[in-house]
Amino acid sequence: MSKSIMINIEKLNKSFGDLHVLKDIDMTVKQSEVVCLIGASGSGKSTLLRCINFLEIKDSGLVMIGGEKIEKETHDLNEVRAKVGMVFQHFNLFPHKTVLENVMEAPIYVKKRPKEEVKEEAKALLKKVGLSDKEYVYPSKLSGGQKQRVAIARALAMKPEIMLFDEPTSALDPELVGEVLTTMKELAEEGMTMVVVTHEMGFAREVADWAVYMHEGRIVEVGHPMQLFSSPKEERTKNFLDSVL
Amino acid sequence: MDLLTKFIDTYPVFLKGMLLTFEITIVSIFIAIFIGLFFAFLKISNVKILEWIADLYIFLVRGTPLVVQIFIFYFGLTAFNISDFLAVVLGLAFHNGAYIAEIFRGAIQSIDHGQMEAGRSLGMTKSLTMRRIILPQASRRALPPLGNQFIIALKDSSLASFIGMYELFNVATTHGSLKYDYMSYLLIVAVYYLVLVLFFSIIVRIIEKKMSSSD
Repeated sequence: MSKSIMINIEKLNKSFGDLHVLKDIDMTVKQSEVVCLIGASGSGKSTLLRCINFLEIKDSGLVMIGGEKIEKETHDLNEVRAKVGMVFQHFNLFPHKTVLENVMEAPIYVKKRPKEEVKEEAKALLKKVGLSDKEYVYPSKLSGGQKQRVAIARALAMKPEIMLFDEPTSALDPELVGEVLTTMKELAEEGMTMVVVTHEMGFAREVADWAVYMHEGRIVEVGHPMQLFSSPKEERTKNFLDSVL
Repeated sequence: MDLLTKFIDTYPVFLKGMLLTFEITIVSIFIAIFIGLFFAFLKISNVKILEWIADLYIFLVRGTPLVVQIFIFYFGLTAFNISDFLAVVLGLAFHNGAYIAEIFRGAIQSIDHGQMEAGRSLGMTKSLTMRRIILPQASRRALPPLGNQFIIALKDSSLASFIGMYELFNVATTHGSLKYDYMSYLLIVAVYYLVLVLFFSIIVRIIEKKMSSSD
C-alpha cells in the first residue's frame, strides 16, 4: 500500500513587502516521512515551515494538508493548526503555567475535552519525554533541553498528524542537544510525519528520509541526506555544506 | 504636644473624610481599569480608526488639567441629577483610564510575540490566546505601574474638595480656616495621606509577591 500524502505544496510564493522570501516552492511529504530543511539563515526555510501551519499566509500557490487544499477563505485555520504541531527555537512555553498546565491547555480550551482525561494523557506524554518529575514545576526552573521536551509534549497533546520543528536545538547548550534529538528520533520511529528545520547534520543523516537544501527562497537540491551531504550535485549546496560541516 | 491634642480631638471627622477619600479612589480606579483595558485594546487593534479614537481620548486627558476635567464632569453631569460623588468618581475614572490604557498597552506589547504564536500553533484563536496566555502575563507586568497609578489617584482625589466633597483635604482646610490654624491641620492631613499610601503600597507588594510564584 502506498503511503498517503500528508503535505503537498505547489508553486508556493510568499513576500514580506519587497522581500520575496519563498519562490515557487514545490514539495511533497508522505505519511511517516521525516524531512530536514537546511540552508543559511534567510534562505526561507523557517517561512516555509510557518506557511505549512499557516502562521504565515501564502501569497500564491497551493498548500494541501492531508489531501485537502487549505485556503483561508474556506477553512478555519485554527482547526488546521490544531492538526499540525509546531515546536519553536525558543520553546515559547507559557511561563505562568506549570509544565502539566502547559501540556493540558490546548486540549482543554481548544478541543474542550474533560480535564481529568486530558490530565492522564498529559502525564503520559510527560513520561514519554522523560519529565514525569517536573509536572508541577514552572518553565523558568527547567533547563533548555527540558523546556524543549515540554514544548514537544505540549504539541503532541493535540494529537497532530504532522509535527514541524523550527530549529529546535539551536538555542540549546551543546550538552543539552542530545536529549531533544533523542525525543525527536523516538517520535520519528513511531511514524510521525515530521518537517525539521535544523543545522544538526548528524540528526538529518540518521533520521531523515530526505533532505532539502534551500537558498534565497528556492529549493536548490533534494536528496537522501547521505547523498546530499557527501556528494551534492549543486555547487551552492556544496559551498553551504563546506561552510557548516 | 499641641499637634497631638489637635490630632486626637479631630480624628473622628478625619476618619470620615478618609473613608470618603478611600471610596472615591477605589470606585474610580475600578471603573478606570475597565476604561483602560478597553482603550488599550483599541490601541493594539491594528484598526486605524479605533487607534485614532484611543489616541484622541489620551490626548484630551493628558492635555487638560485634572481639576478642569473634574469640574466639567461635575457641572456637566450634575445637571442630569447625578450625585456629586458619582460626578467626581467618573471624572477621576475618565482621567486615570487614559494612563491605565497606556500601562496595559505597554504591558501587552511587552509580552514576547512567541507566546501568541505558540497559542496559535496549538489551534487557539487570537482572542483565546489573548485571554488565556497574554493577559495573565501582561497583568502581572502591569501591576507595579498600576499600583503607582492607584497612589496618584488617591492623592488626586483631594481635588474633589473643590466641588465641596468633604473628603480628607476638605476636612483639613475647613478646620484650618475655622481655627485660623492651617499649618497644624495640613500637617495632620499629610499624615493621614501617608498612612493610606503606605497601606496601599504594602497591599500591592503582597499581590505582586503572590503573582510571581512562577518566576
